Amino acid sequence: MHELSLSSAVVNTVVKHAEGRPVEVVNLRIGKLRQVVPETLDFYFDFVARDTVCDGAKLNYEIIDARLRCKPCAEEWSIDIPHFRCPTCGGSDVEVASGNEFEVESIEVGEPSAPLQDRPAGDLEASGNDSEKEEAECIAPR
Amino acid sequence: MHRTKVKVVEEALDANNTIAAANRSDFDRHDVKVVNFMSAPGAGKTTLLERAVIDLPGVRVGVLEGDVQGSMDADRLASLHIPVTQLNTDPSFGGECHLDANMVRSAIPALPLHDIDLLVIENVGNLVCPAEFKVGEDTRVMVTSVTEGEEKPLKYPLMFRACELVLINKIDLLPHIDFDVERLLYNIDQVHPDVETILVSARTGEGIDRWREWLVQLAAREGAVAAG
Repeated sequence: MHELSLSSAVVNTVVKHAEGRPVEVVNLRIGKLRQVVPETLDFYFDFVARDTVCDGAKLNYEIIDARLRCKPCAEEWSIDIPHFRCPTCGGSDVEVASGNEFEVESIEVGEPSAPLQDRPAGDLEASGNDSEKEEAECIAPR
Repeated sequence: MHRTKVKVVEEALDANNTIAAANRSDFDRHDVKVVNFMSAPGAGKTTLLERAVIDLPGVRVGVLEGDVQGSMDADRLASLHIPVTQLNTDPSFGGECHLDANMVRSAIPALPLHDIDLLVIENVGNLVCPAEFKVGEDTRVMVTSVTEGEEKPLKYPLMFRACELVLINKIDLLPHIDFDVERLLYNIDQVHPDVETILVSARTGEGIDRWREWLVQLAAREGAVAAG
């Protein structure tokens, strides 16, 4: 069910980098620990992408194995079930070597349909571009 | 047609994390510690808050109440004479099942940050989405209850791993149900080794003193605490 909110995050990230060009492919890197179901993300993405440059874009997935590393004994192993204790020493000082990724690796874009103003790449900082999201209503403390 | 590949390499949740960091620095500036309080619907978050926040020694508590709709939980807490701010996620498509950093940002002007030491953000009841979205908290606490099943940590590892404290609620029901607490504790430890757990009953008050003491110690912590 979190795929709905995650698809919005993907669209926002892609829009920022597409600079108005139509997006045909979005290449994602997703770690197994994120518990993302690709078919479900596809479904929501199609919906959320409407009326943006992502409309009709295809999502490609690179699924990254979940690998853990025990810091004290340097053991490294991959997991399919979420057991985070070191199988060798039983320790808890374990870090995630890979599997937490939820990353837009690259996008493939076509020609813009309308001329774009020149804009140097790199001026698009992560600015929290959530302006299209309505603000939640707040009431004053009682 | 010509197609250009554009390298991006950006965490899709970076925008949320940037806003969360801004929230966090607002809270830090007012010396307010913030708990992101999460659970499945009906695990007992609001009741555990009611039990915990009255006359907490030396700590002035405020609550930011996240709900899809309505202010029933906020009304319950406001009757305890603590400042409660309601945040409804209903109008925001794509955000109805959790709070994100932007929603909390929109609530900050309504929060009495000068008059509190500890802000508890009661997230929307959901074991999945809230774990993905930082909102500017110092730490995360979750509630699981003994009516939810021993395997929940294995099914929702993101949530159980995101927390510094797991409250195990409704233990007064244990004599009446087939629930293996040791099995739950084992599964929690597999998913998040050495995470702190407290067995509580919001109904009988068992364990509530430890939960209150944990909050007092959190409010007294120096400086920044790693979150997730």
